[in-house]
Amino acid sequence: MKVRDIALARSGDKGNRATLSVIAYQLADYPRLEQSLTAERVQAHYAGLVRGPIRRYALAHLGALHFVMDEALAGGVTRSLALDAHGKTLSSAVLELNLDQDASTLAVKT
Amino acid sequence: MKSFRIGAGAGYSGDRIDPAQDLAERGELDVLVFECLAERTIALAQLRRSQNPGLGYDPLLKARMRAVLTACARRGTRIVSNMGAANPMAAGQAVIEVARELGLPSLRVAVVLGDDVLAWLKNHDVPLLDPGLTARTAHQLGDSLISANAYLGADALLPALQSGADVIISGRVADPALFLAPLIHHFQWTSEDWERLGRGVAVGHLLECAAQVSGGYLADPPYVDVPNLASVGFPLAEVQADGQATITKLPGTGGRLDRLSCTAQLLYEIEDPSAYLQPDVVADFSKVRLQELGVDRVYVSGASGRARPDFLKATLGYREGFIGEGQISYAGPGALARGELALAIMRERLHHLGLDKFEHRAELIGVNAMHGPALGTGHEPYEVRLRLALRAPTRAQAELAGLEVEALYLNGPAAGGGVTQSVREVVATASALVPRDAVSMEYRWLEL
Repeated sequence: MKVRDIALARSGDKGNRATLSVIAYQLADYPRLEQSLTAERVQAHYAGLVRGPIRRYALAHLGALHFVMDEALAGGVTRSLALDAHGKTLSSAVLELNLDQDASTLAVKT
Repeated sequence: MKSFRIGAGAGYSGDRIDPAQDLAERGELDVLVFECLAERTIALAQLRRSQNPGLGYDPLLKARMRAVLTACARRGTRIVSNMGAANPMAAGQAVIEVARELGLPSLRVAVVLGDDVLAWLKNHDVPLLDPGLTARTAHQLGDSLISANAYLGADALLPALQSGADVIISGRVADPALFLAPLIHHFQWTSEDWERLGRGVAVGHLLECAAQVSGGYLADPPYVDVPNLASVGFPLAEVQADGQATITKLPGTGGRLDRLSCTAQLLYEIEDPSAYLQPDVVADFSKVRLQELGVDRVYVSGASGRARPDFLKATLGYREGFIGEGQISYAGPGALARGELALAIMRERLHHLGLDKFEHRAELIGVNAMHGPALGTGHEPYEVRLRLALRAPTRAQAELAGLEVEALYLNGPAAGGGVTQSVREVVATASALVPRDAVSMEYRWLEL
């Protein structure tokens, strides 16, 4: 099962930071997200894109995880050479992650 | 007490106009807010103003006013907007002109000033908050600095609201404050009622991106379906005196407004949900509850706040050279291999021309332009599009990126097509904190 099967995601920008929210369709599925999508795992998934640390905020009552990614936008929207300077498409990449594995048993890829 | 009805007429400068007109005509609104300033918008507007002193406000201001002023005047709906951008006075005059065109009997416009801190920075230096920039302080930006605007709070808008103006036009104001100020004014909240101010910020934040809370930017078929995005409805809030609110949209409009759409917007572009820094309050969204009351109706409660920050955030706009770009497509069997060959040629050419010392990107749209090489599926696409982007100090240097891509026609792999080229001046932004006494807030009256 992939993240996309139980959640949607949205990205935003703030200077050179990107934000990423992952929101469970059903509140009952939220614990699976919280268990699987650790900051470390998301950091590893976005290794080629996000150069700074990633912080995670857990909002169980909203069924949502919120990630703040430092140095994610090639200098920020206003000066970036990227086609998607806002990093708006970053959210789609997290949907591909597999939920069947427990984060604690995953080998961290680099 | 009756609830206060406040709607969002735009979520960015170029947003659709017909949903705002619909809200003005059918929304029974007390206030209609147009939020139209992104980080860089004022700096670009400043460039337009430097070329023509009558410009520098939102390019769609007049079109928006033509669409809503008559209905707003009839109902007594007040308009609040930051469409003044780099020239709020000229924007105010433009609103008066439209009112005259439309034949309105009277209109009172208040123009809010004070966000421009460029002159203040001449005599005061402040550190830049952005790590990684060559310049560490505002003064180190030197002559490249073209604009500096502090994010004003609701307190800047309150005198204009108290004056009874029908339309209030500002430059840079914190986005949620455009919504918070009318709530403070209507409910007579005090300036240190942090909990209610925090709730007002939550309402403002939910509404400030317009359709992003009512079904826009959400659809991902077949997992997330959103009906009728071609006529998505812009949102409005029915706010109670204690700051709790119901977010909804007009019947018959497209989109969807539920827990998912509201959660996505509540967290959009905020950092720590328990400390959303605003000029008026540090808002806390960490305990917000979203309760679906019925179709397209969500009750928002549980936001709070604590004492406002001592400093204001300011956005500084500065010139940073030129970005040149070129693109060319390859299709059919072997498209990827020809695209990769073209990329290799481009890299060699940049080196040959001495341009590789500048920051640049060369990539294949359809393969790795969005997320780099690591996250692709590995499937060979039917078509690819090479993109080369280069930042250089002069326009002539930046133009070479597009010219080099174009030259792939006669000098590159087989069957490239559809070249496009562009060059634009880069206006970059940086952030800084300025003391509250750096701004001198005032408002001016304009009457029809």
